[in-house]
Amino acid sequence: MDLSIFTYPFMQNAILSAFLGGIACSVIGVFVVLLHMPFIGVCMSHAAFAGALLGLWLGFNPLIGAFIFSLGAAAVVGPLADRGDLNPETSVGVIFSLMLGLAFLFMGLMSGPKSAALELLWGSILTNTRGDIVVLAVVAVLVVGIIFVFYKEIQATVFQRDMARAVGIPATIMLYSILFLMGATITASFSSIGGLLIFSLILNPAAAAYQLTYSMKKMFILAAVFGVLSGWIGLLISYFFNIPSGATIVVTSSVIFLLAVVFSPKRKVKRWEKKPLGENTP
Amino acid sequence: MSEVINKNGYSIDIDNAVVSFREDIALRGVSLKVKHGEFIGVVGPNGAGKTTLLTIVNGMGKLLHGRVVVLGQNLTSGNGHSLRKKVGYVAQVETIDPRMPMIVREVAMIGRYGRLGLFRRPGKTDWEIVDKALELVGMTHLAKRPIGHLSGGEQQRVAIARCLAQEPEIFLLDEPTASLDWKAKTDIMELVKRIHDLRNLTTLFVTHDLSALPIACDRVVLMKDGLIWNEGPPRGLLTDEILSQLYDLPVSVVEKRRSEAALV
Ligand SMILES: Nc1ncnc2c1ncn2[C@@H]1O[C@H](COP(=O)(O)OP(=O)(O)O)[C@@H](O)[C@H]1O
Ligand SMILES: [Mg+2]
Repeated sequence: MDLSIFTYPFMQNAILSAFLGGIACSVIGVFVVLLHMPFIGVCMSHAAFAGALLGLWLGFNPLIGAFIFSLGAAAVVGPLADRGDLNPETSVGVIFSLMLGLAFLFMGLMSGPKSAALELLWGSILTNTRGDIVVLAVVAVLVVGIIFVFYKEIQATVFQRDMARAVGIPATIMLYSILFLMGATITASFSSIGGLLIFSLILNPAAAAYQLTYSMKKMFILAAVFGVLSGWIGLLISYFFNIPSGATIVVTSSVIFLLAVVFSPKRKVKRWEKKPLGENTP
Repeated sequence: MSEVINKNGYSIDIDNAVVSFREDIALRGVSLKVKHGEFIGVVGPNGAGKTTLLTIVNGMGKLLHGRVVVLGQNLTSGNGHSLRKKVGYVAQVETIDPRMPMIVREVAMIGRYGRLGLFRRPGKTDWEIVDKALELVGMTHLAKRPIGHLSGGEQQRVAIARCLAQEPEIFLLDEPTASLDWKAKTDIMELVKRIHDLRNLTTLFVTHDLSALPIACDRVVLMKDGLIWNEGPPRGLLTDEILSQLYDLPVSVVEKRRSEAALV
């Protein structure tokens, strides 16, 4: 194999992007899986997409548009689902469809060729600039740092939010912070993976890790490893077969998930593992 | 532990509390004073407001009207956090995902988290306290099991251990014996009573287990339609006549059901 490709700056940028994006996305994915809120992630990635298109249409940096929209969605979705006026799925669904509508609207309003818009859909890790990497690095460090510093609060909140609240943990703030991190991660990884595919890189590595361990710490670590592997393997396949990188990264992460399901020890979990009476005081 | 002693001698002092969820009024002017060390049973039909009563004591429920003083502190929306650290709360059972990546010992440790506060990690003494709590509830042998693999009764014991690890001054339990078999029910009831005495706690115990209540309670509070409908010592209060009014059932039916329940 010709290893000279690794000496090209664009390839080094891509490898670094895959590493940082893989960690940030898959770690955020652990929350998506454990909090049972896959739809919120999809909603936010569409918000980021709509925001980026607004930027393209009006001629400002798409990244800024994406940040504003996805963080805005994060700020609305949490409280809306929380207040319980609407079913959470319903409120998320309404925002999701609004964002999709806005995305199409902005795209329709744009004049000239739509190639830049389509690039946002698919992403292109091989054209990532130093600037993209700096943004990714900041977000990845923020995500990992916050999880590290507030691990016990996050663990309790993710397990049972009401219980976390009942022992005196600021669980609501924790949840909203998680949603904000999700919005930031999605936006930062946008240019690499693309608006349509980003959610798979969030969900698949975490869902794979979920199949394999009963330790939340290990789940975070495994998810990060799977996320980075998906990025790197996908990148190689993309380069050698000349296919869009977003697609190869997502397909790789899906394959990892399928393998995890096949080898999952949890599939053997049966409720009858318990003693019949349910009680057995030693 | 000297702070326990309240200005007026009560651990919990609820005055004319009104709580409403949009159209539903869950509590319509409830007043209750609980002395330090008292063990109170709370009984009443579904929807009577029992759970809501517990949530205003730990500051999770929002008051529309009235005043709640817990451990000498007037509960406001601002000080709920700090107060909750001293109040152990076993909520009504929630089903736990069998694949949840948490083991029993970690779940019990959550009880320490509020007290530890932000930025501090559990240390050796915290784990010792948790292991002791698990031992007290008889869950040591399951300490390393994933929490989702436990039965309902075992999960209740872990929830009680979590509260113990919290080292609370007030203990709130919301139907901890629901959906358990007869032996498990009496075991949990005895365990709670033992802990109450051992740790010198003030306890509010919501339950439907009328047969087991008298041995545990100093006082029973009967709730109906968001009000405290009656209260007093268990022997005089838990009669078939009073229960028939509380649950809107004919006396003969109450009699029959109670005798059947005693046989289960
Ligand atoms: N989160 C909530 N939203 C709306 N109504 C509620 C909520 N919680 C309780 N209620 C209402 O308040 C009343 C009292 O409920 P609750 O305190 O749970 O009763 P109990 O625990 O005695 O069964 C019920 O009518 C119930 O429908
Ligand atoms: Mg209830």
